[in-house]
Formats: sequence, structure tokens, C-alpha cells
Amino acid sequence: MAQALSAPSNPNRQSWTRRWFNTEALTAWVFILPSLVGFVTFYAVPAVRGLYFSFTDWDMLKDPNFIGFDNYVAIFQDKQFWQSLSVTVYYVLLNIPAQTVLAVLLAVMMDRVVKSTLVRSVFILPWLLPAVIVGAIWAWVLNPGLGPIGSIFRSLSLTPPGFLGSPDLAMPSVAMINIWQYTGNAALLIFAGLQTVPKEVYEAGSIDGASEARMFWSITLPLLRPVLVFVLVTTVIGSFQVFDTIAVTTTGGPVGATRVILWYIFEFAFSRFQMGYATAVSVILFLILITITIIQMRVLSANSSDLA
Amino acid sequence: MTTQTLTPVQANPRRFSLSRAAAWVVVVAAIFVTLVPFWWVVRTALSTQKALLASPDSILPVGFTLMNFARVLGQVDAATAIAMGGSGQKIDFWLFTRNSFIVTIVTVVGQTFFSALAAYAFARLKFPGRDKLFNLYLAALMIPGIVTLIPNYLLIHRDLDWGNTFLGIVAPTLLMSPFAVFFLRQFFLGVNRELEEAAALDGASVFDIFWRVVLPISGPPIATLALLTFVGTWNTYFWPSLVGKDESVRVLTVALAVFKSQTPQGAPDWTGLMAATLISMIPTLGVFLIFGRRVVNSIQFTGFK
Repeated sequence: MAQALSAPSNPNRQSWTRRWFNTEALTAWVFILPSLVGFVTFYAVPAVRGLYFSFTDWDMLKDPNFIGFDNYVAIFQDKQFWQSLSVTVYYVLLNIPAQTVLAVLLAVMMDRVVKSTLVRSVFILPWLLPAVIVGAIWAWVLNPGLGPIGSIFRSLSLTPPGFLGSPDLAMPSVAMINIWQYTGNAALLIFAGLQTVPKEVYEAGSIDGASEARMFWSITLPLLRPVLVFVLVTTVIGSFQVFDTIAVTTTGGPVGATRVILWYIFEFAFSRFQMGYATAVSVILFLILITITIIQMRVLSANSSDLA
Repeated sequence: MTTQTLTPVQANPRRFSLSRAAAWVVVVAAIFVTLVPFWWVVRTALSTQKALLASPDSILPVGFTLMNFARVLGQVDAATAIAMGGSGQKIDFWLFTRNSFIVTIVTVVGQTFFSALAAYAFARLKFPGRDKLFNLYLAALMIPGIVTLIPNYLLIHRDLDWGNTFLGIVAPTLLMSPFAVFFLRQFFLGVNRELEEAAALDGASVFDIFWRVVLPISGPPIATLALLTFVGTWNTYFWPSLVGKDESVRVLTVALAVFKSQTPQGAPDWTGLMAATLISMIPTLGVFLIFGRRVVNSIQFTGFK
């Protein structure tokens, strides 16, 4: 059994029966089996099935008919699809730049000035809560008549705006809620990246008379690139799939102002039961996300660190 | 900790102290913005609906009461609940809390254990197709949830008829998550083999080695993973809102969304909602208080992948 633990592959060719039916391989399959059942049932097969449904007219009532690219053609001709796509992009643009800049700012301060685990814990607190709870809290805080922000407006003799109830402000409000929830998490990831920057680099910079700002632009940011790429790629992907906050605050309204792409899919799948159409939209979203991720990796040259 | 802060401060104390002050102002402002909403929740949950409408600008609770908590836990009769601005229907956050615990604990235990088994096989055992299969698992990390959501809904709800059962809610995440397998495999690859080899020489089976040697020394990463899975599962909304609508299996997040959408007396029952929100936060806050440092470290750790 001692050699059972020698994982590096053996160059000696064995017969296929020996390779497949030895104690080690059989033990391995027993170990893998539960996860494999989960993987095949809930990841692999659904992914393939989803792709298949997207080429059918399935509405959960009658058997699905294969209709080729009809769903995709219909999607591209639907004004609401383009509107929900632009609403989603608008949300991502409101969310990601502000959140990333804030996160970098907080991370640098946690690294250079405020070295307290307690402070770091406070910033992570909103991220620990369900988006549904965060949405409920903020729907109340942003309530124009009864919330504290409304109070501030009233104390300045101004009429508080409708925030989540106003078509113009609903999306910025949702973006702000999610910035509140996720900035701490992004800041911690960036903070972790900062720990890999050797302190001597700062000492050298300091001796050469570089200002903190100069050191940030010339040392911190370039060395931080791999972590920033990781944070940007994951938050952009998450941001495109915003759903929970909207489900509990605006439910896609007012007048479609927050009908993001996931809400659009949700309506087609679970209000109109047009499963074929809805899965086709999710396939399109998948392709969009892959494209954006590849572009991000290229532009930011993800794999190269200047710290080598 | 304090000993490390010496270097740049001493190099140029005057300029740095100014930026230090500015930094503290920013951090304190950020802490304030982070915590104020929580205070607003507490202050609302401890107020009565009527007093709240009369003095919306008060920073402190108005008409101090604990009845909102009793109300959302189903301890108050219908007439009293209506008088307090709630609906007459029985709401029972005990039940939803219990449901959340069942779903979360079963998922955390199942997913962590089965993922660890698979991760160990991928890290240590030799079998044909190992690397190809592992790459397939990794590919699943890239697929956004929405792509598999609808097919999984149809599978659970229609094909298996597991709608409104705990089994249906936990099934997709019970046996593995690609992230968990990946995370633990990376860790197992780094574990020193000598202990395992010694156990093997003593005639221990592979499972014995995994159970008695590898798992006990893998406490920290497994705790980290279990913690992240706990938070993630406790917070999930979309999936249980689709397959667990029924009250008997309804989890807290779904219950809160339903509660928020109800407007018993023309407007949402805000005091009740905030009391319910506070109750639903307790387990997360408990995890946070007990394991706060570990949570912080684990998030930092995932950044290094």
C-alpha cells in the first residue's frame, strides 16, 4: 500500500485492465463517486440540457420542439432585451469603478495606516449578510418619508427624492446598496495582495524621497495587478448577475428601470414559463461574460506580475 | 503588530502624519457609513409603528417596545399584531430559522466531506483520466449559475418531484462544489506525505489514512471552507425561492423577501420587518463574533488563488 500514495504518473505502460482495475484506481473512484454524481447531475448535464432547451420552444406544457435559432432571433428583436442589457451595463458602470476605487483606497489605508483586525472585520460585516437582508435594510434607510437620509434632506428644508421608487434614481440606489455590501470584501482581497509587496520596496522609495502618492502609483498599483485582475474579473461577473437586491427592493421597476438581465430571464422563465426563450437568454449572458473576462485578462495581462 | 509600523513613519514624520490624519478620517467615515444602517435597524425594531410615523427623524427608538420580536416569532395573537401594524396572519420566524439551519448544516457537512474525499483522490491517488476529470470540474467554476439554474429547477421540480422538500433545496450543492474541490486539492497537494506513508506502512487503508491522518491535520483549511460555505448557504435566496416556497421548508431569506413584499396595512410592516431582519442576522453575527478573525483571514486567503 505504500506505493499507493505515489501520485506522479508511472511511465511504465501497463495493460488497460491493470490501469483501470487496481486497488488504487478503484479506491480513487469510490472517493470521487459522490462528487461525480453531484457534478454530472447538477453541473454537466444541466449545462448541456440548458443549451439544448435554448433551441426549443419549450413552455412546460407540451413537449419541446426543436426550432433552431428562432429564440435567439426573437431575443435580438426584442426591445426589452436590449433595454435590460443596457440597464445591466449601466448598473455595472455605476457599481464597479466606484467600488474598486473605494476598495483600493481602504486596502491601502488598512495596509499602511490603520492596522487593526477589528477595523477589517467591520468592513467585512455587510458582505456576511444575505443580499435580501441588505436590500430590506436599505429599502428602509432610503425610505423618503421615514428613513435617516430623508431626515437629512428635511433638515436642510429639501424634499427627499424617491430613491428606489424613482425611475432615475432606482438604479444608482441599487448600485450604492451593493457598493455598501461588497466594498469591504474587495478591500480585503486587495489588502491580502498588498501583503505580498515587500516592505523594503517602500523603505527604498521613502529614502529616495518619494511621496506616499508617488509610491502608490509607481510601486503599489503595478505590483497589485494580479490581485486587481482577480477582484475585477470576479466582481464584474457577479455584477452582471445582480438579482437578490433587486428582488427585494424594486422587483425590476419602476417602469423597467432596474429590470436587469437576470430579472428579464426570471420573468420569462417563472412568470411566462417560456423556458426555451429564457435559457437562450442565459446562454447569451454566458457568452457575454466569457467575452468580457477574456478581454479583461488580455487588457490587464493577468498572468504577469511585475514582482518577479 | 505595532513593531512593523516603524519604518516609513520615522523616515519622514511630518509629511506622513498629515496623510495619516487624512487616512484616519477616511477610515472613520467608512466605518460610520458601514455601521449606521445597522443602528437604524435596531432603532426601528425597538420602536412602535405609530410612534415611528409620528417622529421619523428620531435617532433613538421611539415608543420603546420588544413586542416586534414577539410578533414575528409568532408569540402574539392576531388582534394585537394588527394593532401594531402587522398582518393578522401567523408568522413564525422560529420555523424559518430552523429551516435555514437544517439546509445550511446539511449542505456544509455534505459538501465539505464529499468535496474533501474527491479532493484527496485528485491530490494523492493515481487513476486513469484523473487530470482530465479535474479540469472538467474546474471548467464548472466558470459557468455562471443562471445557465444551470433553469435546467436544475426543471430536474428538481418536474423530473424528480422534489419541489418543496429539503432534499430539493440542498441537492444541487450537497455532493460537491467545484470551488471546494479545487480549494482542498490545492491544500492536500502541499501536505507532507511522510505521515501518510508511515500510516500506509502500518497497514492502514486509504480511507483510514484520509480519515485519521489527513483530515485531523487539515483543520484550518477545512474550517475556512466550511465557514465560507456556511455564510454562502445561509445567504442564498434565488434557488430556495424557486424550490422552497412552501412554509414548511421556507428558509429565512425567502421568508424575509415574502414579508417585505406584504403590505398588510397599505405599507410594509417596517417595525416587524426590521425585527425579523435582526433575528435573521443573529447566526451570521454569532459566526462573525466567534470566528471574525478567521473569516477575515479566509477571505484574504482566497485572494491568493
